[in-house]
Amino acid sequence: MTDTGTTTTRTTTGATATAARTGTRTYGWADLPALLARMTGAEKHGPAATSTLDALWVLYDRVLRVSPDTVDDPGRDRFLLSKGHGPMAYYAVLAARGFLDPDVLTGFGAYDSPLGHHPDRTLVPGVEIGSGSLGHGLPLAVGGALGLRAQGLRDPAVWVLVGDAELDEGSNHEAIAFAGAYGLDRLHAVVIDNSSATYGSPGGIEARFAAAGWSTAAVDGRDHDALYDAYTRPHPGRPHLVVAHVEPKN
Amino acid sequence: MDTMRDRFTDVTTRLLDEDPRLAVVLAEIGAAGFDTARARHPDRVVNVGIREQLLVGAGAGMALTGLRPIVHTFASFLVERPFEQVKLDFGHQGVGGVLVSAYGSYDWPAGGFTHMAPGDVALMDTLDGWTVHVPGHPDEAETLLRHAVAAGDDRVYVRLSEQSNAAPHPVDGRTLTTVRRGSPGASAVVAVGPLLDGVLAATEGLDVTVLYATTPRPFDAAGLRATGATDVVLVEPYLAGTSSAVAAEALSDVPHRLLALGTGRAELRRYGTRDEHLAAHGLDAASLRERITAFTR
Repeated sequence: MTDTGTTTTRTTTGATATAARTGTRTYGWADLPALLARMTGAEKHGPAATSTLDALWVLYDRVLRVSPDTVDDPGRDRFLLSKGHGPMAYYAVLAARGFLDPDVLTGFGAYDSPLGHHPDRTLVPGVEIGSGSLGHGLPLAVGGALGLRAQGLRDPAVWVLVGDAELDEGSNHEAIAFAGAYGLDRLHAVVIDNSSATYGSPGGIEARFAAAGWSTAAVDGRDHDALYDAYTRPHPGRPHLVVAHVEPKN
Repeated sequence: MDTMRDRFTDVTTRLLDEDPRLAVVLAEIGAAGFDTARARHPDRVVNVGIREQLLVGAGAGMALTGLRPIVHTFASFLVERPFEQVKLDFGHQGVGGVLVSAYGSYDWPAGGFTHMAPGDVALMDTLDGWTVHVPGHPDEAETLLRHAVAAGDDRVYVRLSEQSNAAPHPVDGRTLTTVRRGSPGASAVVAVGPLLDGVLAATEGLDVTVLYATTPRPFDAAGLRATGATDVVLVEPYLAGTSSAVAAEALSDVPHRLLALGTGRAELRRYGTRDEHLAAHGLDAASLRERITAFTR
């Protein structure tokens, strides 16, 4: 896939069935390229800019139980973008789902904009963590799952999105090993695998998590129904990993 | 007498019973002491194993859900090793918590430099919004731990030590305490935490005001200025000069002189005892008296 037009044509059933309302407008999957364009100024976007787009859209459109009205609700699902690099897709999805005024997108990266090249949770409603330094999201998500459990909130799910190269950071492996051993079953990790890790993960990313006791699934990161299926697979007693394979970065 | 670490375990165990918002995160160090607490509150006492990046990150993640985490291990593995987690997972995320360290700069000399963190407070000084408590007695440790836990969503670092003064002093978690008053305008000696007894012995018979600091951050500038002293000696159980900037700032509008004593920057590469290390850093009473006398005469 080389541009967002292709992305749109590959949209599968269901993903566009629901659409968020933002103010007086309704946004759906097909509107994301235009929302992205407000930040990039470009009509078309390469795979790097959209590697997370499908995974994020399916999560926010069909899985996460959080809305602009519940960003402070203790019982909301949490989504933590650990891979803070290239957050345009994230901002576009947040705008489409009504968390952000789409007009804010045009200021992307400016001094007085809440939208930086790495997100800041204190500036954007619905953004659960500030990220940018790699390897912080999974440990924070472990803490989130622990914190919810400690308060008797057994229902909310914690999701964290990580890049395949981000898994180079050792802090992730502290979190992966602990979460599996501890049986943190409300924890979910999505690894966007665009083959950007220089040394890869010999044996496979899933194998690393599985060895630590996680439930795992690997799918085409552009196939919305496959993503939905992987996201919603039962994983009693275990944290859950979904590897979303997309086009290689290079 | 119990140690500050013993008191930390006991007080925290009681606080866990009283405060449903409190959680404790450990990385093996000190975990056995919390067995009883963990049995009573299995979801609020968590040992993550020997994983210090996760220790701090998970503590901050718990804070993001509204809990008040206490995060504990040796200072070297709490502040220095996962420093970016302290900086970003608490500071940048804008959440609070209580970091409680043990072993400080020279508490286990036989353990060598890997278990020494003379730079911890200096590192915390590079961050915004951290309160730093350095108790000098187990009773003070209890008081300051209770302050720290009750401090809303503040970020608090509590530096526990194996070294203790013989008797506790009243501490309020905020101000310098005047322990000995010299004549008006006499030099002020600021003794931090467990170095108070050494400073009192060293300044016996000298005309100096001895101020006791158990909450060096934020620094009680008004308390220092109130002494009227313009010659100031800092005696700190961590890197010499750690508080030079805040003391100089407190006196920025008056001509003043400053002597900053603390642990040296160079590795001793020695094992042995705490007293031997105090002497090597010039922090024993005899060395302190010599250096303070030379500065104030």
